[in-house]
Amino acid sequence: MGVYRAVLAGGFRRYATYRVATLAGVFTNAVFGMIMAYTYIALWRVRPHLGGYDETQAVTFVWLGQALLTTTALMGGGCETELINRIRTGDVAIDLYRPVDLQGWWLATDLGRAAFQVVGRGVLPMAVAALLFPLAWPSSPLVWLAFLVAVALGVVVSFAVRYLVALVAFWLLDGAGVVILSNLVALFFSGMVLPLTVFPGALGTAARVLPWSALLQVPADVFLGRAGGAAGVLGRLAFQAAWAAVLLGAGRLMQSVATRKVVVQGG
Amino acid sequence: MGRTEVRDGTGGTGDAVIRLDGVCKVFDVYRRTGLLRRERREVRAVDGISFEVARGETVGYIGPNGAGKSTTIKMLTGILVPSGGSVRVAGIDPSRERTRLARRIGVVFGQRTTLWWDLPLRDSYDLVRRMYRVEPARFRANLDRCVDLLDLGPLLEVPVRQLSLGQRMRGDIAAALLHDPEVLYLDEPTIGLDVISKAKVRQFLAEVKAAGATTVLLTTHDLTDIEQLCERVMVIDHGRLVHDGDLAGLHAVGASERVLVVDFARELPAVDVPGARTVRVEGPRQWLSFPASASAAPLVAEVAARYPLVDLSVREPAIEEVIARLYGDRASL
Ligand SMILES: Nc1ncnc2c1ncn2[C@@H]1O[C@H](COP(=O)(O)OP(=O)(O)O)[C@@H](O)[C@H]1O
Ligand SMILES: [Mg+2]
Repeated sequence: MGVYRAVLAGGFRRYATYRVATLAGVFTNAVFGMIMAYTYIALWRVRPHLGGYDETQAVTFVWLGQALLTTTALMGGGCETELINRIRTGDVAIDLYRPVDLQGWWLATDLGRAAFQVVGRGVLPMAVAALLFPLAWPSSPLVWLAFLVAVALGVVVSFAVRYLVALVAFWLLDGAGVVILSNLVALFFSGMVLPLTVFPGALGTAARVLPWSALLQVPADVFLGRAGGAAGVLGRLAFQAAWAAVLLGAGRLMQSVATRKVVVQGG
Repeated sequence: MGRTEVRDGTGGTGDAVIRLDGVCKVFDVYRRTGLLRRERREVRAVDGISFEVARGETVGYIGPNGAGKSTTIKMLTGILVPSGGSVRVAGIDPSRERTRLARRIGVVFGQRTTLWWDLPLRDSYDLVRRMYRVEPARFRANLDRCVDLLDLGPLLEVPVRQLSLGQRMRGDIAAALLHDPEVLYLDEPTIGLDVISKAKVRQFLAEVKAAGATTVLLTTHDLTDIEQLCERVMVIDHGRLVHDGDLAGLHAVGASERVLVVDFARELPAVDVPGARTVRVEGPRQWLSFPASASAAPLVAEVAARYPLVDLSVREPAIEEVIARLYGDRASL
């Protein structure tokens, strides 16, 4: 366990070394947040209570999206590019030779990254937003706590998906295309473009049960108190945990097939 | 084959820490020949290799590019499964129990790094300590020794990405030794290094060797590494061992020649002495080539008896030439 804690701490410190990049990122978050907030306001003025949110909640949703953009890697940008590179160059052989589990190692790295980004790229944009817009804040500390758990689970689900995507590089020479596709899917199905509750019919239903909703839609609903009471909140968290378990399990399976391929065929 | 199977977990028969018996590794390489057709070709990267390395030995493992050196080392770490034959390291079958073995061996791949790119060197070492569960006191002692011998003191707080290749390599070598491995594999640890870094690495490996606790298998292109560190050298070419013995034996196998350089009192036509060939004449100086395995004494006596000899010296063949000839012979087969 000590190893993984150290890897997590290392992941945190790695991102913490890039201070200028973080500040530039916060600036981008603020600008995009503002553009999207005014767009949402225009939209909600025309269609009040779209997706069940009032205007304040809709604006809050926008800023939660900005705050979680890098944390739950809604547009990618976690450890997957690095892992793909290590697979492509064969450096992954070194990782395999270490007495640690590959998936555990990268999960710890990614949790460390997310822990930094929730502070570095999450808190500051929210603070900027709080100065400029009225926001819908959680009603109690318990809701805050549930929100943090939802974010943590969101990070794990996000990692589990990106890990699967990265492992594709064992079979494809160039993993870049899959990463771009996966990022596009995440961007839409997390609710980053529009809250998933806005989409009607089968598309809406599908979007809400797919794993990507765990990345933004679920944490945002918990934050906004729209998960429907304690039972509702627990249900959402269980939904995230279930996806996390399934996807991590799939990752393990794919990892063992990939490992066998490397070990037998040499990559 | 034909040897008795090793059953104990202590390192097998005698004191062999590493044992390979008829080991092969065949890769399937596919080549596109059409839109959907592809052609399968087998590459026998390692083609029936057997050797043993005793505890505490430092053995050089050399050969031209693509000879199968890295493939052998990968099988010895367990990250590649042999296609045939058996491998035992410290009594363990590497590919079956890779993780258990990992705690007992250290590996340095010259062209790859195990260090954390964005973080100070020290963080990577702390991670090694946790990964291999090294006792704090022992860890500190090992780290102090490596820092001292490899001159890492000023580098510990520097992010790895800012290190030069030579500094990074020293950092990697230290990382491979902090958990007191019984066996250390070094796959081209001096590749691309400047002269000073190479010297430091060699000096350090000489210390490791002198301490006697670690069995070292060293792959390199720099034969100075071998000359300074290894009394035994194995040469691999096209996946087969073509030599396993000491450096002197390598000369014999390579059919190498020594050169007797003689200065006569005056200019002479090319001399004719049995057992030697005159290969060059330059004024009163002549170069006589004779087999490296033969003694120089009778030749010197013969020359001295028949010609007005003023001075002489014997030139040993450069190991590079020997190896080149060895590879050349194999290539022409
Ligand atoms: N994963 C692999 N797939 C296919 N061929 C490989 C693979 N790894 C090595 N080879 C081939 O095996 C041979 C030996 O390679 P290697 O062991 O890396 O040589 P060396 O380290 O001696 O330069 C080469 O012909 C190389 O192209
Ligand atoms: Mg090699």
